[in-house]
Amino acid sequence: MLRREWHRKGLLQQTPFFHRPLKERHTLKTCESQTACEDSNTGGWKCSQENCVSLWSIGEFGNLDSDGGFEGDHQLLCDIRHHGDVMDLQFFDQERIVAASSTGCVTVFLHHPNNQTLSVSQQWPTAHYHTGPGSPSYSSAPCTGIVCDNPEIVTVGEDGRINLFRVDHKEAVRTIDNADSSTLHAVTFLRTPEIVTVNSIGQLKIWDFRQQGSEPCQILSLTGDRVPLHCVDRHPDQQHVVATGGQDGMLSIWDVRQGTMPVSLLKAHEAEMWEVHFHPSNPDHLFTCSEDGSLWHWDASTNAPEKSSLFHQGGRSTFLSHSSNQASVHLSLVSSWLSTDPAKDRIEITSLLPSRTLSVNSLDVLGPCLVCGTDAESIYVTRQLFS
Amino acid sequence: MEELDCEPAVTWIPGVNSKKKQMCFDWGPGEMLLCETSFNKTDKSEKVPSCPFIYIIRKDVDVYSQILRKLFNESHGIFVGLQRLEEELSGKSRKAQLVRVSKNYRSVIRACMEEMHQVAIAAKDPASGRQFSSQVSILSAMELIWNLCEILFIEVAPAGPLLLHLLDWVRLHVCEVDSLSADVLGSDHPSKHESFWNLVTVLVLQGRLDEARQMLSKEADASPSSAGMCRVLGDLMRTMPILSPGNTQTLTELELKWQHWREECERHLQDNTFAANPHLESLCKIMLGDEATLLEQKELMSNWYHFLVTRLLYSNPTVKPTDLHLYAQSSLDMFLGGESSPEPLDNILMAAFEFDIHQVIKECSIALSNWWFVAHLTDLLDHCRLLQSHNLYFGSNMREFLLLEYASGLFAHHSLWQLGVDYFDYCPELGRVSLELHIERIPLNTEQKALKVLRICEQRQMTEQVGSICKILAMKAVRNNRLGSALSWSIRAKDAAFATLVSDRFLRDYCERGCFSDLDLIDNLGPAMMLSDRLTFLGKYREFHRLYGEKRFGDAASLLLSLMTSQIAPRSFWMTLLTDALPLLEQKQVIFSAEQTYELMRCLEDLASRRPECGEPDAQRLQDDDIETTKVEMLRLALARNLARAIIREGSLEGS
Repeated sequence: MLRREWHRKGLLQQTPFFHRPLKERHTLKTCESQTACEDSNTGGWKCSQENCVSLWSIGEFGNLDSDGGFEGDHQLLCDIRHHGDVMDLQFFDQERIVAASSTGCVTVFLHHPNNQTLSVSQQWPTAHYHTGPGSPSYSSAPCTGIVCDNPEIVTVGEDGRINLFRVDHKEAVRTIDNADSSTLHAVTFLRTPEIVTVNSIGQLKIWDFRQQGSEPCQILSLTGDRVPLHCVDRHPDQQHVVATGGQDGMLSIWDVRQGTMPVSLLKAHEAEMWEVHFHPSNPDHLFTCSEDGSLWHWDASTNAPEKSSLFHQGGRSTFLSHSSNQASVHLSLVSSWLSTDPAKDRIEITSLLPSRTLSVNSLDVLGPCLVCGTDAESIYVTRQLFS
Repeated sequence: MEELDCEPAVTWIPGVNSKKKQMCFDWGPGEMLLCETSFNKTDKSEKVPSCPFIYIIRKDVDVYSQILRKLFNESHGIFVGLQRLEEELSGKSRKAQLVRVSKNYRSVIRACMEEMHQVAIAAKDPASGRQFSSQVSILSAMELIWNLCEILFIEVAPAGPLLLHLLDWVRLHVCEVDSLSADVLGSDHPSKHESFWNLVTVLVLQGRLDEARQMLSKEADASPSSAGMCRVLGDLMRTMPILSPGNTQTLTELELKWQHWREECERHLQDNTFAANPHLESLCKIMLGDEATLLEQKELMSNWYHFLVTRLLYSNPTVKPTDLHLYAQSSLDMFLGGESSPEPLDNILMAAFEFDIHQVIKECSIALSNWWFVAHLTDLLDHCRLLQSHNLYFGSNMREFLLLEYASGLFAHHSLWQLGVDYFDYCPELGRVSLELHIERIPLNTEQKALKVLRICEQRQMTEQVGSICKILAMKAVRNNRLGSALSWSIRAKDAAFATLVSDRFLRDYCERGCFSDLDLIDNLGPAMMLSDRLTFLGKYREFHRLYGEKRFGDAASLLLSLMTSQIAPRSFWMTLLTDALPLLEQKQVIFSAEQTYELMRCLEDLASRRPECGEPDAQRLQDDDIETTKVEMLRLALARNLARAIIREGSLEGS
């Protein structure tokens, strides 16, 4: 069932769904109207001259034909040139989009729904930069991750710097230089004003903007071999639960309240995990994508077996048990991601993409919709995640 | 060396003054750099300002087309699927699968063509509109050739079905009839439409007899005078025997029926059944395969291969594949009638009708502006086992040669290079070497890209390339003062020499600033510390500081001493270590034992005695020496005092 919804090439007469800019990263947002129409936003990944940030509409819910297929209701609304590769892309609010560039620039684009155009509303050209003997003043450093929480924007970069911007301020509100000795790969809010960053030596650092100085308030790390972490996401309801994905494709679940090591390590992809996302309204579901070209749906809600049977139709369906290295007992409100009883708790994994060739760089999920962008320069959309 | 098949094309580069003959150039992967030199050979005194530009000449411009990028991306998926299919395919399903793959390729070409067409229509300035239109016609020609190759080489249709395939081929590519049909049927009186008879004729020419009959019935309704004739001709159309896919009749039966039908047509013509209506008479002649009548409809057929297929349909419907080229050649000659010479497309199609695959590929390579078409077609035909015997006098076989050319073109592109990797993977002979050469030359502007490149190398055990990429990244990080990053990269590459270099930088920074940077990394080195002695020293020295900070003086002292005695610490750093020992020596309780103190003294004397003799003393030097001497004196004093305390303490402990 799931596979059929993937919007993709067909035989002779069908026009394949293609996408113009490269290596998309995107987020979803709900529109103002409560008709739950969705826009997916995509951006280019690669070199200078041809990148752009494009805004797509992927149509409304509920108008699928009898076959469950969709034809032609995704549509390019507008695009705008972007200097450098788009390293990360987030919706700031209903009409503003924040893009991180490989040139170290952070740009806020404003969408004008009336005439369907995008314009630059705010820009911090040198948010990330290197200072070194080789460069007279500074040389740009790629900005690798951003996270927005109106009105604040936090950015991290290869220069190990953390910036806190306010959308209406030209200058950074707070900058932590040398926050990390290695590259910071991703950032997310833990609970305002705390953020979590992951870096290329397998550490998870928690920062509190109320504290001065350039020291994190907590460092958690994977054991031993310093496998780089590439992505991080926080449980939408339980703010102490954090998921990260690493270079070896492992999914780690952390409880930041206790311990310095992950609660569970789950063997997942065969190569770098580029992005991990909890489902925003259904956090027992988690989605990951990887360099090996796979996109996985993790379902930890299998306490109700009759419900889980809905997911069996997908391709790969495996049961994994937690490998726990910490005996924590939470009697009340135990998150299904933290429970450590291997006999009882199982996570069901479904592979959402049929053929695996090139890397899936980015994904986002909202409601029953999931969007991902791949190195084959295409976007996949499914609108029936839970059917 | 073979002779050149055609003169290489001359590319004019606007802005270059070729008369001055001061060009220099350099090949890059898939592109060439060209610039004017500043050397002036006639007289050196007068410097003519040379052109300040460097020109980049790209071989595969099509790679940079936005729309064609989709062609490359989609066909990459099909290509990889085909290579994987190879392992599991056998026997009968094999052909069906290969035909399916071929159709997938064609569907991608078609999709691109449609999109390009839309863009061409929407284009605002006529120049770019023309450019897109010409791309559309190139894509359309590609699809035409591919389709024919699919019928002849992959499907290998036998006599009978062959003609049905060819008919489909012509119908697919000469498709103006559909719009004409809509136009005519949309009018109030279809049969009075000026193009009505053109439409009927085209339908008959394409063998769409059912539709032609419906048209005739409209004519019959409109003009009762010709109703009888229309009915007779309609019956002829209805009764024409054709091979239907599900039918079990043999070719001989079909031929027999067909002869009967033909005789009936001829009889009507001789009886002058249609004499009153020249249109109907001409249609009947067409159905008899009358060449003169067919050639009168040149305009409606628009090209010779349409003529060929129509001619075969009405004169030899069970044509054998082997006879095809005879008909093709004569059709071409008749159609052109000596008025014009065949174009490249005609030659390619002719070569296909002659079943000369190599000629098809060769002509396509010359005529088309990119390698996409020939590379994929050759690969597919190779999977049909049609190219085994052919070896080139250079490189390996033709399939591999073309794939390599195509993949090299992709590698020049900033984003499509990833597709090229898979093509190289499926070139058994030279693919690996080519990949190694190309992958090292990819510009690494972000770490994410670097990680992707590294993953590709690691999957293929290309250790040398992994090393060199990590080194590039480490070097870059050092240049940007990102020592932590640099160290991480050299650890990943297991590059001991570079790790030593970075560790030295760390130690130097420490000496200058008195504190360590990047503690999060150094404190977590773990087993990676063993990569180089200097790195081990760095880690251990930092450990010493931590122990000291935690006031574990005993452990700190023995660690410090072992760093010197085990020769891990570089000699240049000994003085710093000894200075670090000073506060430990001055603590209230005795930390260094007598034996340890002796060791320290030996180290100090060792260091002092080996001090290099300096050449010319200058003021700075003297001052430095002064500080050094003071330090040594202080150390000696502290050591002596500590030794005394240690001996007393040890003596009294033993005594008690």
